[in-house]
Parts: sequence; C-alpha cells; structure tokens
Amino acid sequence: MRRRVVITGLGVVTPIGNDVETFWNNLVAGRSGVGPITAFDASDFPTRIAAEVKGFDPEAYMDKKEARRVDRFIQFAVAATRMALEGAGLKITPDIAERVGVIIGSGIGGLATLEENTRALLERGPRRVSPFLVPMMIANMGSGYVSILFGAKGPNTTVVTACASGTHAIGEATEMIRRGIADVMIAGGSEAAIRPLGLAGFTSMKALSTRNDAPEAASRPFDRGRDGFVMGEGAGVVVLEALEFAERRGARIIAEVAGYGLSADAYHLTAPAPEGEGAARAMRLALQDAGLRPEDVDYINAHGTSTEYNDLAETQAIKAVFGEHAYRLKVSSNKSMIGHLLGAAGGVEAVATALTIARGIIPPTINLTDPDPELDLDYVPNVAVRADVRVALSNSFGFGGHNAVLVLKRYDPGPTVETAKEGVAP
Amino acid sequence: MPAVGSCYNAIREVSPVSDELMQKIRTVIAEQLGVDEAQVTPEASFKDDLGADSLDLVELVMRFEEEFDMEISDEDAEKINTVQDVLDYIRARQA
Repeated sequence: MRRRVVITGLGVVTPIGNDVETFWNNLVAGRSGVGPITAFDASDFPTRIAAEVKGFDPEAYMDKKEARRVDRFIQFAVAATRMALEGAGLKITPDIAERVGVIIGSGIGGLATLEENTRALLERGPRRVSPFLVPMMIANMGSGYVSILFGAKGPNTTVVTACASGTHAIGEATEMIRRGIADVMIAGGSEAAIRPLGLAGFTSMKALSTRNDAPEAASRPFDRGRDGFVMGEGAGVVVLEALEFAERRGARIIAEVAGYGLSADAYHLTAPAPEGEGAARAMRLALQDAGLRPEDVDYINAHGTSTEYNDLAETQAIKAVFGEHAYRLKVSSNKSMIGHLLGAAGGVEAVATALTIARGIIPPTINLTDPDPELDLDYVPNVAVRADVRVALSNSFGFGGHNAVLVLKRYDPGPTVETAKEGVAP
Repeated sequence: MPAVGSCYNAIREVSPVSDELMQKIRTVIAEQLGVDEAQVTPEASFKDDLGADSLDLVELVMRFEEEFDMEISDEDAEKINTVQDVLDYIRARQA
C-alpha cells in the first residue's frame, strides 16, 4: 500500500498578505495586489506595474546578519517555512531531523544579487564582486538555507522549471514521502524577480500586461481584454507528512495530496502546445495517479496567467480532459489578484487550493467583466463562492513546456487508515 | 588582552584622530557583521568573537577598501584578525 501524504502546515508571503490568514481573506474578498512598481524607477519600461510584496520585514523571521547574507527570494522562503512549521506545530528535533527534507523551487533565483554584482563587475572590476554573489544567487539556496536554519537533514534538492517550479517541488516532495525516504517534506516555491533585468526580459517577450493606468485591473485571466501577465513575487510553502507520521503526533490535517502528474509539451520555448495538449496529459496523469475520475473533480485552481495563449490553451485542455463535466466544475485564477509569482506560483496556489478544500470557499477570478466567447467555463467571476470542494486540481505550466498538476483532496480517514498504519516505515 | 587594551588606551590619549578612525572602523564592522557596536572592542577577533565566517571576512575587507579608499592585498588581509589589527593597518598605510 502506497504511503498517503497529507498537508499539515501552510506559509505564504504574497502581494496581498504576508501571512496565511491575511492572504486568504484578501483572496476571498477579491482584492488585487497589483500596483505601480516601487522597487526601482520603472519609468523607462513599457510595463510599470507589478504585484509586489508589501511591508515585508525579513528580520521578523531571521536575525539581521542572516537576512543580510541572503537574497530576497531566500528571505521569502525562510519566512514562509517558519509560518508553515509553526502552523503544523512541528519542531525539527534531532530525533526526526534526518527524516525531514526540503524542496523549495525557484524559477530564477537571486536576480537582485546577480544584477548588483554584474553592475559592480562592469563598473568597478572583479575585486568588487561580493563573495556572497554565488551563494545568494543560486536557485537551490532556498532549499539549502531552510535546511541550515531549521536543521532539516533529510532529502534536499530544488526544482527549476520556470512557472511550474513550485508545483513540481510539492509533487516531487510527495514522491519522496511515498518512496519512504522522508516522513516530512517542506515544499513549495519562492521568487523575487521584480527587478529591472527581469522586467525588461519579460517586456521584451511581450508577455506582460501594459495596463499601467489601471494596475488593479491588469491581471484579468479568461477575460477578453487580457493583455499579458503581471509579475508577482513571494513564496508559498507547505508542510507535507506521511499520514501515519501526522496521525502519530496528532497533527491537524488540512488536505491530502492525492496525485501528481507531469508532462512536457516538446513544442516551443514559451508558447503552449496547440489545444493545451501537454497540459491535458498532465491533468490526466495526475488524476490517474490519484485513482480518481474526471467527474470527481470539483474545482481547478488554474494556471490562468492572463496571457492570450495560456488561458485559451488551458481552457481547451480542461475541456479535453473533462468533457461535459468541464462545464460543471469550477475554475478560478489566483493570479487575477496576486499576479504571476513565477517559480513561487505553484507553492502559493497549492496553499490556496488546500484552504479552498478545507474551508469550502472558492476564491474568484477578478477582472472577468468581458467574457471571451471562446472561454466559456465557470471561472468564478469576481465574487467568491461557497462550494463543497472534495477534490481540486492545481495547475502550473512553465516556459520550456513543463506541465505539472497536483490533485488535492479533502482528508478522509476512510477505511484505508488501518492499512496505511501497517505500512509505517521504520 | 590587557596589553592590547592598554595600547588602545594609549592611542586614545595621544591621538584624537585615531580615536575618530577607530570609531569609524567600529561602526563599519558592526554594520557589516550585524553585531552590536559595544561588542566591537579593540581586542575582538572577527572569527572567534564577532561570528564572522570566511565569506564575511572577504566582504569586510572589501568594505574597508571602499571606506578607506585603499587596496588590501590577500596576504595583508590574512593578517587582519582583530579590530585593533584593522586600526593598526589603516594607520600604517595612511601614515
């Protein structure tokens, strides 16, 4: 019998709240976190808006010196991890340390650090490049630093699959618990790429919304007026545990990770495959892994980026997988409010999906005022709805054609508990 | 340690310029290493007392180069272990 994996802790740093309750309340209230960029002077850029994290104080989560030695994306990862562990009521003591692992993905890594040191190199020479450039910049340091700070000595790695990083991280972490090489995994994603170089790169691709005069209306997934995504930043981390481990310590179970599916488009650098073929396969594989039928799914937390291509391809993929049921289930995009957190998106959206199941409320897709005739599913426009959500998907698709899908399920002890207990790893 | 301490006292008495320099050095170190300025005593060792690791030391030396407009060779940098060492080094170079 395969080990069951449950979520027992949640942590977020987001453009609409730097703790789980604030984030959730704003998500349900349909508040946008998008505004003019304040991190730097963006007046020369075609896009001058983003969903920035506001009022984040790294020293609330680590001491001053530690905070100075790490990039902003690592600070976010540490903050979200601390919240998730506290929420789970889990302290990593020496007796369990070797069974606790970490996978915190990042699409880009320490972009601010890279930029600052590139400037130092070009303007003032190699002697002015910081010894912290490499450790601060590398995308794996979210996982590395969390293990150092919290003493997690189990499996430790990272995932770099652009906008699918956070979802892959949680999926891979789930697999590690299933394989029995860890009892607890700290998993999710972290990103802090709202920097001149990051913004310039995405604007050159024409990937970003240029609705500078109405920032809060800029991210409008599935709306006819959508004109690109809005960069976001932050982190989302979950504590995953083997069910028997969580039960033994009397942990509060928020939801179960029932399935994980992944695929490649094998098509294009940045464009999704026609009809969302790769995305559809990832959804099917995730359901198969969960042992569920398409009809069992109540809700899909969509990738929903607000780009012309994603929202069309994703809708087509959902129709291909779910058939008539596609019109009965609900779909919504957290990105309409928090923007696109790139490598952190899957982490934050998994947190939102777990809460959607646990609390029976589906956050809306805001700014959906002019429906695109081609996009005709129930995207929960503008207002949250109460719904009994037993099974939900969380979709993430990354540049490079990486597709990752998680199936989360309401935790039901069910008749398999005793069987699961017998399978306790030593 | 008393020897170093008395040496520092002697400098304080005879040289207000060094006193000012010492203050600046202490401020830079406290800021760079994220420690309380009170901990940055003349005899304090960067590694043993102020919690600096090898990367911190490299960055600290870079900061001294910036603040005091000088180049510190790797060989010289290796000999700088305490706060007093920094003062002595900079004074010698500025003399």
